[in-house]
Amino acid sequence: MSFVALEDVRFAYGGTGAPAVDRLTMKIDRGAFAAVVGPSGCGKSTLMKLATGLQFPQGGAVLLGGEPVDRPVKIAGMAFQAPTLLAWRTTRENILLPLEIVQPHRRRMRRNRAEYRARADALLASVGLAGAGDKYPWELSGGMQMRAALCRALIHEPELLMLDEPFGALDAFTREELWCVIRDLHAQRRMTVVLVTHDLREAVFLADTIFVMSARPGRIVATHQNTLPRPRELDVTFTPGFSATVQDLRSHIVRARP
Amino acid sequence: MNRILAIRIFAPVAFLVLLIAGWQGAIEVFDIPPFLLPTPAAVWAALGRYANALWKESLYTLGTTLAGFGFAVAFGLGLGLLIGASRTLYSGIYPLMIGFNAIPKVAVVPILALWFGTGEIPAIVTAFLISFFPIVVNVATGLATIEPEMEDVLRALGGSKLDIMRKVGIPRALPYFFASLKVAITLAFVGSVIAESIASNHGIGHLMLQAQAQFVIPLVYACLVVLAVQGILMYAVMAVIERRMTGWAHRSGFATG
Repeated sequence: MSFVALEDVRFAYGGTGAPAVDRLTMKIDRGAFAAVVGPSGCGKSTLMKLATGLQFPQGGAVLLGGEPVDRPVKIAGMAFQAPTLLAWRTTRENILLPLEIVQPHRRRMRRNRAEYRARADALLASVGLAGAGDKYPWELSGGMQMRAALCRALIHEPELLMLDEPFGALDAFTREELWCVIRDLHAQRRMTVVLVTHDLREAVFLADTIFVMSARPGRIVATHQNTLPRPRELDVTFTPGFSATVQDLRSHIVRARP
Repeated sequence: MNRILAIRIFAPVAFLVLLIAGWQGAIEVFDIPPFLLPTPAAVWAALGRYANALWKESLYTLGTTLAGFGFAVAFGLGLGLLIGASRTLYSGIYPLMIGFNAIPKVAVVPILALWFGTGEIPAIVTAFLISFFPIVVNVATGLATIEPEMEDVLRALGGSKLDIMRKVGIPRALPYFFASLKVAITLAFVGSVIAESIASNHGIGHLMLQAQAQFVIPLVYACLVVLAVQGILMYAVMAVIERRMTGWAHRSGFATG
Protein backbone atom coordinates (compact mmCIF):
# COMPACT_ATOMS: atom_id res chain seq x y z
CA MET A 1 0.00 0.00 0.00
CA SER A 2 1.21 3.44 -0.80
CA PHE A 3 2.23 5.81 1.98
CA VAL A 4 1.21 9.04 0.31
CA ALA A 5 -1.81 8.84 -1.96
CA LEU A 6 -3.66 11.61 -3.76
CA GLU A 7 -6.74 10.41 -5.59
CA ASP A 8 -8.43 12.58 -8.15
CA VAL A 9 -7.70 15.67 -6.07
CA ARG A 10 -9.07 19.07 -6.95
CA PHE A 11 -8.06 22.25 -5.14
CA ALA A 12 -8.65 25.92 -5.81
CA TYR A 13 -7.43 28.68 -3.51
CA GLY A 14 -10.37 30.31 -1.81
CA GLY A 15 -12.55 27.37 -2.89
CA THR A 16 -13.70 28.94 -6.14
CA GLY A 17 -12.05 30.19 -9.30
CA ALA A 18 -9.43 28.45 -11.41
CA PRO A 19 -8.20 25.33 -9.64
CA ALA A 20 -4.50 25.08 -8.84
CA VAL A 21 -4.64 21.32 -9.23
CA ASP A 22 -7.36 19.18 -10.79
CA ARG A 23 -7.74 15.41 -11.23
CA LEU A 24 -4.39 15.02 -9.51
CA THR A 25 -3.56 11.41 -8.76
CA MET A 26 -0.28 10.12 -7.42
CA LYS A 27 0.96 7.38 -5.14
CA ILE A 28 4.25 7.19 -3.31
CA ASP A 29 5.45 4.10 -1.47
CA ARG A 30 6.75 4.15 2.06
CA GLY A 31 10.45 4.91 2.11
CA ALA A 32 10.50 5.96 -1.52
CA PHE A 33 12.15 9.09 -2.88
CA ALA A 34 9.73 10.88 -5.19
CA ALA A 35 10.35 14.02 -7.20
CA VAL A 36 7.71 16.26 -8.69
CA VAL A 37 8.76 18.37 -11.66
CA GLY A 38 6.78 20.66 -13.92
CA PRO A 39 6.56 24.07 -15.48
CA SER A 40 6.53 26.96 -13.03
CA GLY A 41 3.21 27.75 -11.44
CA CYS A 42 1.89 24.23 -11.98
CA GLY A 43 0.71 23.78 -8.42
CA LYS A 44 3.75 21.95 -7.08
CA SER A 45 3.66 23.88 -3.85
CA THR A 46 -0.08 23.29 -3.57
CA LEU A 47 0.68 19.60 -3.77
CA MET A 48 2.97 19.97 -0.75
CA LYS A 49 0.33 21.74 1.28
CA LEU A 50 -2.28 19.13 0.40
CA ALA A 51 -0.03 16.24 1.35
CA THR A 52 0.80 17.73 4.74
CA GLY A 53 -2.71 18.82 5.62
CA LEU A 54 -2.05 22.55 5.47
CA GLN A 55 -4.78 22.71 2.82
CA PHE A 56 -7.65 20.34 2.15
CA PRO A 57 -8.91 19.21 -1.26
CA GLN A 58 -12.30 20.31 -2.52
CA GLY A 59 -12.62 17.07 -4.44
CA GLY A 60 -10.99 13.68 -4.25
CA ALA A 61 -9.00 12.36 -1.32
CA VAL A 62 -5.58 12.73 0.24
CA LEU A 63 -4.38 9.76 2.25
CA LEU A 64 -1.28 9.49 4.36
CA GLY A 65 -0.38 6.08 5.72
CA GLY A 66 -3.86 4.94 4.70
CA GLU A 67 -5.58 7.62 6.80
CA PRO A 68 -7.43 10.55 5.26
CA VAL A 69 -5.61 13.83 5.92
CA ASP A 70 -8.03 16.10 7.78
CA ARG A 71 -5.61 18.16 9.87
CA PRO A 72 -1.97 19.18 9.62
CA VAL A 73 -0.04 15.93 9.79
CA LYS A 74 2.55 15.69 12.52
CA ILE A 75 4.83 13.19 10.88
CA ALA A 76 6.10 15.60 8.23
CA GLY A 77 9.21 17.73 8.08
CA MET A 78 9.42 20.58 5.61
CA ALA A 79 12.15 22.64 3.99
CA PHE A 80 11.74 25.44 1.50
CA GLN A 81 13.85 27.43 -0.92
CA ALA A 82 14.34 30.08 1.76
CA PRO A 83 15.95 28.50 4.83
CA THR A 84 13.62 30.56 7.10
CA LEU A 85 15.85 30.15 10.12
CA LEU A 86 14.95 32.36 13.06
CA ALA A 87 17.55 35.10 13.38
CA TRP A 88 17.35 35.32 17.17
CA ARG A 89 18.13 31.66 17.74
CA THR A 90 21.44 29.91 17.34
CA THR A 91 21.61 27.21 14.72
CA ARG A 92 21.15 24.54 17.38
CA GLU A 93 18.14 26.30 18.87
CA ASN A 94 16.68 26.65 15.39
CA ILE A 95 17.03 22.95 14.83
CA LEU A 96 15.41 22.16 18.17
CA LEU A 97 12.38 24.33 17.36
CA PRO A 98 10.19 21.47 16.04
CA LEU A 99 10.78 19.54 19.25
CA GLU A 100 9.38 22.46 21.22
CA ILE A 101 6.13 21.97 19.29
CA VAL A 102 5.76 18.23 18.73
CA GLN A 103 4.77 15.82 21.49
CA PRO A 104 6.18 13.88 23.28
CA HIS A 105 9.35 15.97 22.92
CA ARG A 106 7.59 19.13 23.96
CA ARG A 107 6.96 17.65 27.42
CA ARG A 108 10.41 16.13 27.76
CA MET A 109 12.36 19.08 26.36
CA ARG A 110 13.01 21.00 29.55
CA ARG A 111 14.26 18.10 31.60
CA ASN A 112 16.22 16.37 28.86
CA ARG A 113 17.86 19.41 27.41
CA ALA A 114 21.33 17.84 27.24
CA GLU A 115 20.07 14.77 25.43
CA TYR A 116 18.32 16.91 22.82
CA ARG A 117 21.34 19.14 22.38
CA ALA A 118 23.44 16.08 21.68
CA ARG A 119 20.88 14.90 19.17
CA ALA A 120 20.91 18.24 17.36
CA ASP A 121 24.70 18.29 17.29
CA ALA A 122 24.82 14.75 15.91
CA LEU A 123 22.41 15.72 13.17
CA LEU A 124 24.44 18.84 12.38
CA ALA A 125 27.56 16.72 12.13
CA SER A 126 25.81 14.33 9.73
CA VAL A 127 25.19 17.16 7.25
CA GLY A 128 28.73 18.50 7.59
CA LEU A 129 27.95 21.28 10.05
CA ALA A 130 29.79 19.92 13.07
CA GLY A 131 30.51 22.69 15.56
CA ALA A 132 28.15 25.21 13.97
CA GLY A 133 25.48 24.78 16.63
CA ASP A 134 26.37 27.93 18.53
CA LYS A 135 26.56 30.15 15.47
CA TYR A 136 23.71 32.40 14.49
CA PRO A 137 22.11 31.86 11.06
CA TRP A 138 23.65 35.02 9.63
CA GLU A 139 27.10 33.68 10.41
CA LEU A 140 26.45 30.77 8.04
CA SER A 141 26.69 30.77 4.25
CA GLY A 142 23.60 30.11 2.13
CA GLY A 143 24.48 26.46 1.70
CA MET A 144 25.15 26.03 5.41
CA GLN A 145 21.82 27.68 6.24
CA MET A 146 20.11 25.22 3.93
CA ARG A 147 21.84 22.32 5.65
CA ALA A 148 20.62 23.69 8.97
CA ALA A 149 17.09 24.00 7.57
CA LEU A 150 17.29 20.34 6.52
CA CYS A 151 18.32 19.43 10.05
CA ARG A 152 15.33 21.32 11.39
CA ALA A 153 13.10 19.36 9.04
CA LEU A 154 14.59 16.08 10.24
CA ILE A 155 15.13 16.52 13.98
CA HIS A 156 11.78 15.02 14.97
CA GLU A 157 12.48 12.03 12.72
CA PRO A 158 9.55 12.57 10.39
CA GLU A 159 8.29 9.71 8.29
CA LEU A 160 7.68 12.14 5.47
CA LEU A 161 10.11 14.81 4.33
CA MET A 162 8.70 17.48 2.04
CA LEU A 163 11.21 19.58 0.14
CA ASP A 164 9.95 22.55 -1.87
CA GLU A 165 12.73 23.59 -4.26
CA PRO A 166 15.16 23.44 -1.36
CA PHE A 167 18.28 24.15 -3.40
CA GLY A 168 16.85 26.70 -5.82
CA ALA A 169 18.74 29.63 -4.33
CA LEU A 170 22.16 27.97 -4.15
CA ASP A 171 25.09 27.97 -6.54
CA ALA A 172 25.70 24.88 -8.65
CA PHE A 173 28.54 23.42 -6.56
CA THR A 174 26.77 23.88 -3.26
CA ARG A 175 23.64 22.39 -4.78
CA GLU A 176 25.47 19.23 -5.82
CA GLU A 177 27.01 18.92 -2.36
CA LEU A 178 23.57 19.12 -0.85
CA TRP A 179 22.21 16.53 -3.27
CA CYS A 180 24.69 14.14 -1.74
CA VAL A 181 23.67 15.20 1.78
CA ILE A 182 20.03 14.44 1.01
CA ARG A 183 20.94 11.19 -0.74
CA ASP A 184 22.87 10.00 2.31
CA LEU A 185 20.19 11.08 4.77
CA HIS A 186 17.59 9.15 2.80
CA ALA A 187 19.85 6.11 2.58
CA GLN A 188 20.38 6.17 6.36
CA ARG A 189 16.89 6.88 7.55
CA ARG A 190 14.68 5.53 4.78
CA MET A 191 11.99 8.16 5.33
CA THR A 192 9.64 8.95 2.48
CA VAL A 193 10.82 12.03 0.61
CA VAL A 194 8.82 14.23 -1.73
CA LEU A 195 11.04 16.68 -3.57
CA VAL A 196 9.37 19.45 -5.53
CA THR A 197 11.85 20.92 -7.99
CA HIS A 198 12.26 22.41 -11.41
CA ASP A 199 15.79 21.08 -11.72
CA LEU A 200 15.49 17.91 -13.79
CA ARG A 201 19.04 16.76 -13.10
CA GLU A 202 18.33 17.06 -9.40
CA ALA A 203 15.18 14.97 -9.79
CA VAL A 204 16.91 12.27 -11.82
CA PHE A 205 19.92 12.12 -9.53
CA LEU A 206 17.90 11.80 -6.33
CA ALA A 207 14.52 10.22 -6.98
CA ASP A 208 13.15 6.73 -7.55
CA THR A 209 9.94 7.99 -9.07
CA ILE A 210 9.56 11.24 -10.97
CA PHE A 211 6.16 12.77 -11.51
CA VAL A 212 5.73 15.32 -14.28
CA MET A 213 2.97 17.84 -13.66
CA SER A 214 1.09 19.84 -16.28
CA ALA A 215 0.58 23.58 -16.27
CA ARG A 216 -2.33 24.87 -14.22
CA PRO A 217 -4.56 23.22 -13.30
CA GLY A 218 -1.85 20.81 -12.28
CA ARG A 219 -2.14 17.07 -12.72
CA ILE A 220 0.30 14.26 -13.37
CA VAL A 221 0.98 13.85 -17.09
CA ALA A 222 3.82 11.37 -16.86
CA THR A 223 5.39 9.11 -14.25
CA HIS A 224 8.95 7.98 -14.71
CA GLN A 225 10.43 5.07 -12.78
CA ASN A 226 14.07 5.88 -12.36
CA THR A 227 16.16 2.77 -12.95
CA LEU A 228 19.55 4.27 -12.14
CA PRO A 229 21.12 1.92 -9.58
CA ARG A 230 21.88 3.07 -6.05
CA PRO A 231 24.10 4.17 -4.47
CA ARG A 232 24.58 6.94 -7.01
CA GLU A 233 27.65 9.11 -7.25
CA LEU A 234 27.75 12.52 -8.89
CA ASP A 235 29.62 10.93 -11.81
CA VAL A 236 26.38 9.31 -12.86
CA THR A 237 25.09 12.71 -13.92
CA PHE A 238 27.57 12.65 -16.82
CA THR A 239 26.52 9.26 -18.21
CA PRO A 240 24.46 8.96 -21.41
CA GLY A 241 21.67 7.11 -19.59
CA PHE A 242 21.28 10.01 -17.16
CA SER A 243 21.19 12.57 -19.94
CA ALA A 244 18.65 10.52 -21.87
CA THR A 245 16.34 10.44 -18.85
CA VAL A 246 16.69 14.20 -18.36
CA GLN A 247 15.98 14.75 -22.06
CA ASP A 248 12.93 12.53 -21.88
CA LEU A 249 11.52 14.41 -18.88
CA ARG A 250 12.31 17.70 -20.53
CA SER A 251 10.24 16.82 -23.56
CA HIS A 252 7.30 16.00 -21.28
CA ILE A 253 7.56 19.37 -19.60
CA VAL A 254 7.86 21.26 -22.86
CA ARG A 255 4.62 19.61 -23.92
CA ALA A 256 3.04 20.29 -20.52
CA ARG A 257 3.60 24.02 -20.73
CA PRO A 258 0.61 26.18 -21.50
CA MET B 1 36.86 51.30 16.09
CA ASN B 2 38.38 54.43 17.65
CA ARG B 3 37.61 56.37 14.55
CA ILE B 4 33.95 55.31 14.68
CA LEU B 5 33.77 56.21 18.36
CA ALA B 6 35.28 59.60 17.64
CA ILE B 7 32.70 60.23 14.93
CA ARG B 8 29.88 59.23 17.26
CA ILE B 9 31.03 61.66 19.95
CA PHE B 10 32.44 64.56 18.00
CA ALA B 11 29.99 64.74 15.11
CA PRO B 12 26.99 65.67 17.30
CA VAL B 13 29.09 68.18 19.27
CA ALA B 14 30.38 69.77 16.08
CA PHE B 15 26.87 70.10 14.69
CA LEU B 16 25.59 71.57 17.96
CA VAL B 17 28.35 74.18 17.87
CA LEU B 18 27.46 74.94 14.26
CA LEU B 19 23.80 75.33 15.18
CA ILE B 20 24.59 77.75 18.01
CA ALA B 21 26.95 79.71 15.78
CA GLY B 22 24.26 79.90 13.10
CA TRP B 23 21.76 81.07 15.69
CA GLN B 24 24.08 83.81 16.93
CA GLY B 25 25.03 84.72 13.37
CA ALA B 26 21.40 85.04 12.26
CA ILE B 27 20.67 87.39 15.14
CA GLU B 28 23.55 89.65 14.16
CA VAL B 29 23.09 89.53 10.40
CA PHE B 30 19.32 90.08 10.42
CA ASP B 31 19.37 92.25 13.51
CA ILE B 32 16.68 90.18 15.26
CA PRO B 33 15.36 91.84 18.43
CA PRO B 34 15.85 89.77 21.63
CA PHE B 35 12.10 89.50 22.34
CA LEU B 36 11.77 87.49 19.11
CA LEU B 37 14.92 85.43 19.39
CA PRO B 38 17.24 85.85 22.39
CA THR B 39 20.94 85.12 21.97
CA PRO B 40 22.32 81.71 22.96
CA ALA B 41 24.09 83.45 25.83
CA ALA B 42 20.83 84.90 27.12
CA VAL B 43 19.16 81.51 26.99
CA TRP B 44 22.15 79.99 28.76
CA ALA B 45 21.87 82.65 31.45
CA ALA B 46 18.14 81.95 31.82
CA LEU B 47 18.92 78.25 32.25
CA GLY B 48 21.14 79.21 35.17
CA ARG B 49 18.87 81.82 36.72
CA TYR B 50 15.70 79.73 36.62
CA ALA B 51 17.46 76.42 37.27
CA ASN B 52 15.30 75.64 40.31
CA ALA B 53 11.98 76.15 38.57
CA LEU B 54 13.19 74.43 35.43
CA TRP B 55 14.41 71.44 37.43
CA LYS B 56 11.18 71.10 39.40
CA GLU B 57 8.83 71.57 36.47
CA SER B 58 10.83 69.35 34.15
CA LEU B 59 10.75 66.54 36.70
CA TYR B 60 6.99 66.99 36.88
CA THR B 61 6.73 66.82 33.10
CA LEU B 62 9.02 63.82 33.00
CA GLY B 63 6.72 62.10 35.49
CA THR B 64 3.52 62.69 33.53
CA THR B 65 5.27 61.81 30.29
CA LEU B 66 6.61 58.52 31.60
CA ALA B 67 3.26 57.65 33.15
CA GLY B 68 1.45 58.24 29.87
CA PHE B 69 4.21 56.44 27.99
CA GLY B 70 3.97 53.48 30.37
CA PHE B 71 0.26 53.11 29.68
CA ALA B 72 0.94 53.49 25.97
CA VAL B 73 3.51 50.67 26.07
CA ALA B 74 1.19 48.29 27.91
CA PHE B 75 -1.86 49.15 25.84
CA GLY B 76 0.03 49.40 22.54
CA LEU B 77 1.76 46.07 23.01
CA GLY B 78 -1.50 44.35 23.93
CA LEU B 79 -3.53 45.84 21.11
CA GLY B 80 -0.71 45.36 18.61
CA LEU B 81 -0.44 41.65 19.45
CA LEU B 82 -4.21 41.31 19.25
CA ILE B 83 -4.69 42.95 15.87
CA GLY B 84 -1.49 41.45 14.50
CA ALA B 85 -2.76 37.98 15.35
CA SER B 86 -6.28 38.32 14.00
CA ARG B 87 -7.18 39.41 10.52
CA THR B 88 -10.73 40.27 11.60
CA LEU B 89 -9.60 42.56 14.40
CA TYR B 90 -6.98 44.04 12.09
CA SER B 91 -9.48 45.04 9.42
CA GLY B 92 -11.99 46.15 12.05
CA ILE B 93 -9.83 48.25 14.34
CA TYR B 94 -7.10 49.55 12.08
CA PRO B 95 -9.20 52.12 10.13
CA LEU B 96 -10.66 53.40 13.40
CA MET B 97 -7.19 53.83 14.82
CA ILE B 98 -5.97 55.74 11.79
CA GLY B 99 -8.95 58.05 12.11
CA PHE B 100 -8.32 58.47 15.79
CA ASN B 101 -4.66 59.16 15.24
CA ALA B 102 -5.50 61.88 12.71
CA ILE B 103 -7.37 63.87 15.37
CA PRO B 104 -5.08 66.65 16.66
CA LYS B 105 -4.55 65.91 20.32
CA VAL B 106 -4.63 69.65 21.08
CA ALA B 107 -8.34 69.47 20.34
CA VAL B 108 -8.78 66.66 22.84
CA VAL B 109 -7.13 68.38 25.81
CA PRO B 110 -10.08 70.72 26.59
CA ILE B 111 -12.36 67.69 26.64
CA LEU B 112 -9.98 65.92 29.00
CA ALA B 113 -9.85 69.00 31.20
CA LEU B 114 -13.63 68.94 31.26
CA TRP B 115 -13.67 65.31 32.35
CA PHE B 116 -10.75 65.21 34.77
CA GLY B 117 -10.20 68.85 35.70
CA THR B 118 -6.81 70.50 35.33
CA GLY B 119 -3.75 68.72 36.69
CA GLU B 120 -1.65 65.75 35.81
CA ILE B 121 -4.39 63.47 34.51
CA PRO B 122 -5.02 65.33 31.23
CA ALA B 123 -1.25 65.42 30.66
CA ILE B 124 -0.87 61.68 31.28
CA VAL B 125 -3.84 60.86 29.09
CA THR B 126 -2.65 63.10 26.26
CA ALA B 127 0.84 61.61 26.42
CA PHE B 128 -0.77 58.18 26.28
CA LEU B 129 -3.09 59.04 23.40
CA ILE B 130 -0.39 60.52 21.24
CA SER B 131 2.20 57.80 21.79
CA PHE B 132 0.40 54.47 21.68
CA PHE B 133 -0.32 54.52 17.94
CA PRO B 134 3.22 53.89 16.64
CA ILE B 135 3.62 51.06 19.14
CA VAL B 136 0.43 49.34 17.98
CA VAL B 137 1.34 49.76 14.32
CA ASN B 138 4.86 48.43 14.75
CA VAL B 139 3.93 45.43 16.84
CA ALA B 140 1.12 44.53 14.44
CA THR B 141 3.47 44.91 11.48
CA GLY B 142 6.05 42.65 13.10
CA LEU B 143 3.44 39.96 13.54
CA ALA B 144 1.85 40.41 10.15
CA THR B 145 5.14 39.95 8.31
CA ILE B 146 5.91 36.40 9.54
CA GLU B 147 7.14 34.36 6.58
CA PRO B 148 4.32 32.06 5.47
CA GLU B 149 6.87 29.25 5.11
CA MET B 150 7.77 29.60 8.77
CA GLU B 151 4.10 29.35 9.64
CA ASP B 152 3.81 26.24 7.46
CA VAL B 153 6.77 24.62 9.16
CA LEU B 154 5.16 25.03 12.57
CA ARG B 155 1.63 24.21 11.46
CA ALA B 156 2.83 21.06 9.74
CA LEU B 157 4.18 20.03 13.14
CA GLY B 158 0.78 20.53 14.70
CA GLY B 159 1.72 23.90 16.20
CA SER B 160 -1.21 26.04 17.34
CA LYS B 161 -1.72 29.69 16.56
CA LEU B 162 -0.43 30.42 20.06
CA ASP B 163 2.71 28.35 19.40
CA ILE B 164 3.39 30.32 16.24
CA MET B 165 2.90 33.59 18.14
CA ARG B 166 5.19 32.54 20.98
CA LYS B 167 7.97 30.98 18.97
CA VAL B 168 8.01 33.20 15.91
CA GLY B 169 5.58 36.11 16.01
CA ILE B 170 6.49 37.78 19.27
CA PRO B 171 10.29 37.46 19.02
CA ARG B 172 10.02 38.70 15.47
CA ALA B 173 7.90 41.69 16.52
CA LEU B 174 10.27 42.73 19.30
CA PRO B 175 12.71 44.78 17.17
CA TYR B 176 9.72 46.61 15.71
CA PHE B 177 8.36 47.15 19.21
CA PHE B 178 11.58 48.54 20.63
CA ALA B 179 12.10 50.74 17.60
CA SER B 180 8.63 52.17 18.13
CA LEU B 181 9.48 53.04 21.73
CA LYS B 182 12.00 55.58 20.49
CA VAL B 183 9.32 57.30 18.44
CA ALA B 184 6.69 56.95 21.13
CA ILE B 185 8.75 58.47 23.96
CA THR B 186 9.39 61.69 22.04
CA LEU B 187 5.74 61.88 21.07
CA ALA B 188 4.75 61.39 24.69
CA PHE B 189 6.69 64.55 25.57
CA VAL B 190 4.75 66.45 22.92
CA GLY B 191 1.50 65.18 24.40
CA SER B 192 2.22 66.02 28.02
CA VAL B 193 3.61 69.48 27.23
CA ILE B 194 0.59 70.36 25.09
CA ALA B 195 -1.74 69.32 27.87
CA GLU B 196 0.28 71.18 30.51
CA SER B 197 0.18 74.37 28.53
CA ILE B 198 -3.61 74.17 28.28
CA ALA B 199 -4.86 72.45 31.39
CA SER B 200 -2.32 72.41 34.18
CA ASN B 201 -0.66 74.54 36.82
CA HIS B 202 2.54 72.57 36.67
CA GLY B 203 5.12 71.27 34.27
CA ILE B 204 7.39 72.69 31.62
CA GLY B 205 4.43 73.46 29.36
CA HIS B 206 2.85 75.59 32.05
CA LEU B 207 6.15 77.30 32.87
CA MET B 208 6.63 78.13 29.21
CA LEU B 209 3.19 79.67 28.99
CA GLN B 210 3.83 81.75 32.12
CA ALA B 211 7.20 82.92 30.84
CA GLN B 212 5.58 83.98 27.60
CA ALA B 213 2.80 85.85 29.41
CA GLN B 214 5.37 87.68 31.50
CA PHE B 215 7.51 88.30 28.47
CA VAL B 216 10.54 86.47 29.83
CA ILE B 217 11.48 85.26 26.37
CA PRO B 218 14.88 83.66 27.27
CA LEU B 219 13.04 81.46 29.75
CA VAL B 220 10.67 80.28 26.99
CA TYR B 221 13.68 79.17 25.01
CA ALA B 222 15.32 77.70 28.08
CA CYS B 223 12.20 75.55 28.53
CA LEU B 224 12.54 74.34 24.95
CA VAL B 225 16.19 73.46 25.55
CA VAL B 226 15.31 71.52 28.69
CA LEU B 227 12.60 69.63 26.81
CA ALA B 228 15.00 68.80 24.00
CA VAL B 229 17.59 67.51 26.46
CA GLN B 230 14.97 65.39 28.23
CA GLY B 231 13.80 64.05 24.89
CA ILE B 232 17.31 63.10 23.87
CA LEU B 233 18.01 61.43 27.21
CA MET B 234 14.84 59.38 27.13
CA TYR B 235 15.45 58.47 23.50
CA ALA B 236 18.92 57.28 24.46
CA VAL B 237 17.47 55.17 27.27
CA MET B 238 15.07 53.55 24.79
CA ALA B 239 17.88 52.99 22.31
CA VAL B 240 19.97 51.25 24.97
CA ILE B 241 17.02 49.06 25.94
CA GLU B 242 16.48 48.24 22.27
CA ARG B 243 20.09 47.19 21.82
CA ARG B 244 20.05 45.12 24.95
CA MET B 245 16.89 43.28 24.03
CA THR B 246 17.25 42.80 20.30
CA GLY B 247 20.94 42.96 19.51
CA TRP B 248 20.48 40.16 16.99
CA ALA B 249 18.51 42.46 14.72
CA HIS B 250 21.29 45.07 14.46
CA ARG B 251 24.05 43.80 12.30
CA SER B 252 24.13 46.21 9.40
CA GLY B 253 26.72 48.92 9.09
CA PHE B 254 24.01 51.47 8.48
CA ALA B 255 23.16 54.02 11.11
CA THR B 256 21.17 52.54 13.94
CA GLY B 257 20.18 53.76 17.35
